[in-house]
Amino acid sequence: MTAYDVASDRSPQRRSWVLPAPSARRILLKEFLPYAVPILVVLIWQILSSAGWISTRVMPAPTDVAGAFVDQLLSGALVHNVAVSGARALAGLIVGGTIGLALGIANGISKLSEQLTDTSLQMLRTIPHLAMIPLVILWFGIGEESKLFLTSLGVLFPIYLNTFHGVRNVDRELIEMGRIYGMNGWTLFRKVILPGALPSIFVGLRYALGIMWLTLIVSESIAASSGIGHMANQAREFMMTDVVVLSLLIYAALGKLADVIAKTMERHALSWNPVYQR
Amino acid sequence: MSGYVSRYAPRPGTIEPLGGQRQTVSAGATEAVSIELRRIDQTFGPNRVLRGIDLDVPAGQFLAIVGKSGCGKSTLLRLLVGLDRPTSGSLRFADRSGDTVEANARIVFQEPRLLPWARVVDNVAVGLGQDVDENTAHVKALMVLDEVQLLDKADQWPARLSGGQRQRVALARALVSRPGLLVFDEPLGALDALKRITMQQLVSRVWRELGFTAILVTHDVSEAVHLADRVIVLDGGKVALDLDIAAEHPRHHGDPDLAVFERRLLNAILGAD
Ligand SMILES: Nc1ncnc2c1ncn2[C@@H]1O[C@H](COP(=O)(O)OP(=O)(O)O)[C@@H](O)[C@H]1O
Ligand SMILES: [Mg+2]
Repeated sequence: MTAYDVASDRSPQRRSWVLPAPSARRILLKEFLPYAVPILVVLIWQILSSAGWISTRVMPAPTDVAGAFVDQLLSGALVHNVAVSGARALAGLIVGGTIGLALGIANGISKLSEQLTDTSLQMLRTIPHLAMIPLVILWFGIGEESKLFLTSLGVLFPIYLNTFHGVRNVDRELIEMGRIYGMNGWTLFRKVILPGALPSIFVGLRYALGIMWLTLIVSESIAASSGIGHMANQAREFMMTDVVVLSLLIYAALGKLADVIAKTMERHALSWNPVYQR
Repeated sequence: MSGYVSRYAPRPGTIEPLGGQRQTVSAGATEAVSIELRRIDQTFGPNRVLRGIDLDVPAGQFLAIVGKSGCGKSTLLRLLVGLDRPTSGSLRFADRSGDTVEANARIVFQEPRLLPWARVVDNVAVGLGQDVDENTAHVKALMVLDEVQLLDKADQWPARLSGGQRQRVALARALVSRPGLLVFDEPLGALDALKRITMQQLVSRVWRELGFTAILVTHDVSEAVHLADRVIVLDGGKVALDLDIAAEHPRHHGDPDLAVFERRLLNAILGAD
């Protein structure tokens, strides 16, 4: 709609071209304001580093980190390590997520299955999985199996718990309604139980993603010969603080990316829910 | 709400959209059933909720059930639609020629119980069960949505509808399979006064158009008298009063004839204290 269209059917003092200026400024402010503090911090950090107030052994200057990024990118090491870590994360998520989802659904639907496995799972859950690293290295060495085992284990429980909870809490009245209209077995599951549990399953997924990266960071730092965690650990040995900080930033970026993907999937799958309608 | 007044001949299987030409929903059209309850008892542990109910409901009748809260109205309805089995007693459905049949019974609850993750039209299609192919189900669902005047909401999520609209979707879902018996468990209890009247008119209209047997549980005596051919009062697990409402359909609020029936029913309910 142009200003002319609006002006033609309104009184002159409410001409539309007067209005956008403050609202545009407000939008800009709203978009920019959350980033004001981080930008300021980086600026001050850079100034203090350049002035020699912060030792590069403690903390590299932002420009050094940027330089390390370019170096690692050009050498191909960065792409390789990100790909390796990404693949590990995805494998752990798929294996642990599938097991957690399957157990959560089974125990949510079947009392027998719950009786059989829930207590055992709750007992396993109390063991901090990262504390198993020494044992896992004894079992698998520092090969891929150790990372896959640990990430799968870490991812399994949040997905299991939230799927179980979600399936259990599907509205009984909706299930009764479904039965009245002839749904049973697979149809009832597909049309009522699974969609009803989905919001809770997504909560589990997003929680699991956090644990997935955490597990990977720790296990790659201790027991790996490739990946971002390994890159950071190696850089530490050579006192390359810029690469260490770069690794942290990459982990942060990957974590953010995973969360954005999960959020997008969630918004898409739960578009029926007023919370996600815009 | 102008078009509904003139249409009252029960025509099973035929619907007439407001202002449109007549359309026939042939497949699945069901005939109204009569109901015969004999010495129905329903006991939950020590709690004997229904005590030897004998009741005959002729095919196509609109019966209303009133009574204090907790007197067993919902319990009785659940037996009628086969959600529960009675502790003892017999229950039989018959068609107009008296042959025993399976009732195609549907229930509308106080809560609409729509699937929040299914669009309005898909929620209505649920009412056709699992054996109907998707396209047919979609077309039928749209036709029934037209009957309840919600065609324009077909592609909406239920969360976007008002309470009254949701209840109309629930009604459409119950109607789409052309039930022989439709029972309502306080379906209008959660609506405000104006929406109630609109819903009452709609229920009355579809009943007159489709001719199913209707059983309405309500706590509103005026609503019962307004809609039903016959009202029973349930008390102490038995039928305490059985009253034919001899008044022409459609009825109007504030009709003095109806007020007399209302008073008798209220006396029966309150006097039973
Ligand atoms: N499944 C059940 N198990 C135990 N008691 C029940 C059950 N269903 C209903 N009752 C009891 O039966 C009585 C009648 O309930 P209900 O039929 O829901 O009353 P209302 O007339 O208000 O619809 C109540 O005392 C209720 O507690
Ligand atoms: Mg009730």
